Formats: sequence, C-alpha cells, structure tokens
Amino acid sequence: MVGLSHYLILGSLLFAISVVGIFLNRKNVIVLLMAIELMLLAVNLNFIAFSHYLQDTAGQVFVFFILTVAAAESAIGLAILVVLFRNLKTINVDDINSLKG
Amino acid sequence: MNFNDYVFYVLAAILLFAGLRVITSRNPVLAALHLVLAFFTAAGIWLLLEAEFLAIALVLVYVGAVMVLFLFVVMMLDINLDKLREGFWEALPIALPVGILMTLEMVMILGSKHFGVDRVAAPPPHPAGYSNTAELGRQLYTDYLLPFELASVVLLVAIVAAIALTLRDRKDSKFIDPAEQVKVKRADRIRMVSMPADVEIPAAAETEGKDKA
Repeated sequence: MVGLSHYLILGSLLFAISVVGIFLNRKNVIVLLMAIELMLLAVNLNFIAFSHYLQDTAGQVFVFFILTVAAAESAIGLAILVVLFRNLKTINVDDINSLKG
Repeated sequence: MNFNDYVFYVLAAILLFAGLRVITSRNPVLAALHLVLAFFTAAGIWLLLEAEFLAIALVLVYVGAVMVLFLFVVMMLDINLDKLREGFWEALPIALPVGILMTLEMVMILGSKHFGVDRVAAPPPHPAGYSNTAELGRQLYTDYLLPFELASVVLLVAIVAAIALTLRDRKDSKFIDPAEQVKVKRADRIRMVSMPADVEIPAAAETEGKDKA
C-alpha cells in the first residue's frame, strides 16, 4: 500500500538527483537551470503529498505560487543567459569571471 | 497492492529515470526533452494525489511554456559541447556521496516509521461533485487574495525584465525620437549670417534667373 512516505521518499530521491546534477554540470549554465527546475518539482511533490494526506488545500495554493515564481525565475534566467552568450560567446561558468577583482 | 500502487511505482520509475537522464545527457536538447518527460510524469503522480488543477497547470505552464522557452534558448545558442563536458565525471566522487548521504538522511526521517500508512492514514474519498479547481479558486480569491495579486506583479516584473534584458537597438534603424525633434531650438538649425546689402549681384545669379524663367 503506497502511503505518504513513498511520495516523500520519491521527492527526496528526485531532489538528491538534481543536487548531484548541479555538481556534475558545474560548467553548463543551461543544465544547471534545468537541475533547479527539477529541485522545485521535487519540493512541489512534497507539498502536494502533504496536502493530500493532511486534507489541507493550503499546500496546493503554495505549489501554485511556487510554479508562478519558478516560471518567472526561468524566464529571467534564460534572458540573462541569452545576453551573456551574446556578449561572451560562451556559457561556460569558468569563463564568466569578469566581475572578479 | 491495488491498481493505484502499480501506477505510482511505474510513474516513479519513469520520473527517476528522466531525472537521471536530465543531469547526465550529453546534449542539452536531450536533457530538456527528458525534463519534459519528468514534468509530464510528475503531473501523473499529482493526479494520483488528487491535485487535478495543478497537474493540468504543470503540463500547460511547464511543458507548454517554460520548456519550450528552454528548447528555444538551447537551440539558439551555438555552444561547444566538448568544452562543457570536460571533466564531467571528475566531480562524481564528491557528488555521489553527498547525494547518497542526503537521500539516506531524508529516508531515515521520511520513511514509513514516521510517515507510513499506519501513521498517516489515507484520507477519505471526496464526496461526489467535489471540484479541486473550484476549491483552489475559492481559496485563492478569498484567503490568498493579496499573495495572488503579488504573484501577478512578480510575473509582470519578469516580463519587463526579460524584455529589457534582451532588447537591443538596431544599428540601421530609421526610428526618430519625437522628443528629440520637439526639443530642437531655432538656433540649432538656422545660422544667421550678416551680409552687406550693397553687394553687386554676380552675373551667375542673372543667368540662373533666366534659366528658371
């Protein structure tokens, strides 16, 4: 019988996968952004699981707001990425060091 | 195990596979497509949890809008993949223990000992005619009205910021700023030259006059 713990463990596995992804893809900004999206998905899964099992829709309202903010974040992140590529011709994190003193 | 459990395990397996492919695939386009798969599968899991509105919103907003944006950007950028993949697996000796440790810690807390079926029982089924969307809408427009308006402001700021960042002036544009035109004074355009009045008219002017006639 699948219970609350199954959903929570699935969320934590997904979160751990995206953390490992941030470690591995530390040069590629695009995949870093994707890993962040995956993290938010894992968090949202936890919210919805708790909302279902505790019978409280506040969790779902919270997920709604997280989706809104995440969409705004990825839009601005990708805009910054496009500007960065236009100016530097690269998206390698190692090459983005013009602010280094 | 009933049917819902099987569906959960299948969807969970697909979700974890898609997540792994997102972080390990060589081509960013492939990673984005696997992220689409992950969002789609997560929407299925949310349907199992009876969050119907959010499941559909996830598909519409994420798969339909955000991931298309990702794909657009990935395909627009001409990136050197080999340089980005250099030393990809070098971080694994650090990343894997961190990931496993995090998972173990969270499983110890979130496992069936504290959040199992016997601790948190499955909720009773909703009465007939219950609408998740109506309930969510009622909460959004009453209890969470101010956060809802703030969310719309966040989206507006995101629109303005994204456009302002990527907008650039074209060099060959013939656009003229009306404010600049209005600001022009007479002295900027006309130069008054003081000329003596009793100068003989040169012969060239006479012929010019004849031509015109």
